[in-house]
Amino acid sequence: MSEKILDVRNLKKYFPTKKGLLHAVDDISFTIEKGSTMGLVGESGCGKSTVGRLILRLTEATDGEIRFYGEDLRKFDKAKMRHARRKLQIVFQDPYASLDGRKSVFESIVEPLKVQRICQNKREMEEKVYELMETAGLARRLANSYPHELDGGRRQRVGIARALALNPDFLVLDEPVSALDVSIQAQVLNLMEELQEKFGLTYLFISHDLSVVKHISDEIAVMYLGKIMEKASGRELFAHPFHPYTQALLSAVPIPSIDYHVERLVLEGDVPSPIDPPPGCRFAGRCQFCQDKCRREAPELKELETGHYAACHFPGDGSARTV
Amino acid sequence: MEHENTVFKKRSQAREVWRRFCRNKQAMVGMVMLLVLVLAAIFADVIAPYDPVRQDLIHRLQPPSAAHWFGTDELGRDIFSRILYGSRISLTVGLIAVGISSVVGCSLGAIAGYYGGVLDNVIMRCTDILMAIPSILLNISIVAALGTGLQNVMIAIGISSVPAYCRIMRASLLSLKNQEFVDASRAAGAGDFHIIVHHILPNSLAPLIVQATLKIGGAILSCASMSFIGLGIVPPTPEWGAMLSTGRDFLRDAPHLTAFPGMAIMFAVFAMNLMGDGLRDALDPKLKN
Repeated sequence: MSEKILDVRNLKKYFPTKKGLLHAVDDISFTIEKGSTMGLVGESGCGKSTVGRLILRLTEATDGEIRFYGEDLRKFDKAKMRHARRKLQIVFQDPYASLDGRKSVFESIVEPLKVQRICQNKREMEEKVYELMETAGLARRLANSYPHELDGGRRQRVGIARALALNPDFLVLDEPVSALDVSIQAQVLNLMEELQEKFGLTYLFISHDLSVVKHISDEIAVMYLGKIMEKASGRELFAHPFHPYTQALLSAVPIPSIDYHVERLVLEGDVPSPIDPPPGCRFAGRCQFCQDKCRREAPELKELETGHYAACHFPGDGSARTV
Repeated sequence: MEHENTVFKKRSQAREVWRRFCRNKQAMVGMVMLLVLVLAAIFADVIAPYDPVRQDLIHRLQPPSAAHWFGTDELGRDIFSRILYGSRISLTVGLIAVGISSVVGCSLGAIAGYYGGVLDNVIMRCTDILMAIPSILLNISIVAALGTGLQNVMIAIGISSVPAYCRIMRASLLSLKNQEFVDASRAAGAGDFHIIVHHILPNSLAPLIVQATLKIGGAILSCASMSFIGLGIVPPTPEWGAMLSTGRDFLRDAPHLTAFPGMAIMFAVFAMNLMGDGLRDALDPKLKN
């Protein structure tokens, strides 16, 4: 459990827009160890999905390194990248949009095998598809079905089977359960955990749902406006959040108990525009503890305790603070 | 999750499409109509009761009768025979001209939509120029450059309707290329060509089929107007459009001169439309019943 499978360094993605540069992902770094799950949480528009797409080079990064097994994916040429894609797959958020409505379940799952020319003959290919369907918990009789005939959970299973087709080592799970019913969410999450154990997969789990992330992740990174604000092991982060943003985020998690009362830290204002952001901390405008320094210089991600990083000039002591 | 141990047969997509197509009554009617036309074209010399170019000036402009089913034209030629022979040229012109324009237009539209940027701008501005020139003028200039003859007329008609396909294809590419299933395909290592052929083209077929089947009639008429100004089919050769335009002079006294070729064109376009609609529906698994 010590080999680094993915090492992202100073990854940046700026989108040019008419109003200026949109800093979608701004200088983020993290590593993921083989066989572990990294959760990436943040509100919508914070750039977490972009991170997933950048790693797979579905969107080209502006700057930075994406080291996969020690090699920088961004330096790969077409042929090498094509080969690397076998080990690097993605499951998308919306299982309806991520499946071609004109392709049957079989055709969707077989596509990666065909594209990468993995199987020797047709029979082997068919066998492999049925095996994948079984792994993902899909009945064989669904092979000829089309996406619109399946429910959300099954569709997502097709997406998972497709991602597993090339025997990947690393999967980006881009909000794989947020489009599903709660009961189906649990099924799919359990499937993901089983698969991880069975194939020794490594996950980057992107989500806005803290309870889901807590359930599945070994390590969690909290993103806000293109930057990582805090990063720690799952338990540590939930128990002792240092960053004011994480604290506010955690206090917003509903707890299903009538006796339990938590003091909500309600943030003022809206998320500022990611277009040409001012210098200083991204969270400064909404932070209760904001001081002059926060508006002048952006805080670095510092290790405050072993394995617990936070990007804040005035981090809390790990317990909820009140003004 | 339920599991089934029964051996399961994968159905091939082509057979599935064919099965859906056969279930569609309208599509079958269209196909039978088209079959009739194609057979008429192939066996014209067997079916036709008269020589299509033989003049019989005594029996000119005769209304339909038992001897001449569709009557005779201003030179006494049998219209029924001329329509049968004309179907050879008219169907060829319609299909090939539409084939040229759809293949060229779709390729250009796909390139423009997929790659965007400068390439997109150059291609779309060129199609704008093509659209700005009246099509008859454009046809004349192309034929003038390439020389007269049926082949060049088909090329000219094909080129002048390229912009429509180009725009349709580009529009559907713009809406499809950022879909997640395209990303998923790319993540699996698929190249641009694979994505366009396997994902984007099947998903943008519906408007293209409608456009293509409607344009066949247009192509036949364009060929007629080219013949009219002497750049298409040389006069004695029977061709539906040409028959229509020469018959126009006798519209008042002998309407059958225009009515029958007109009906033939209508028949062909209608057949294509029915078949095209059927094909469009058969290719869409969402409409499976």
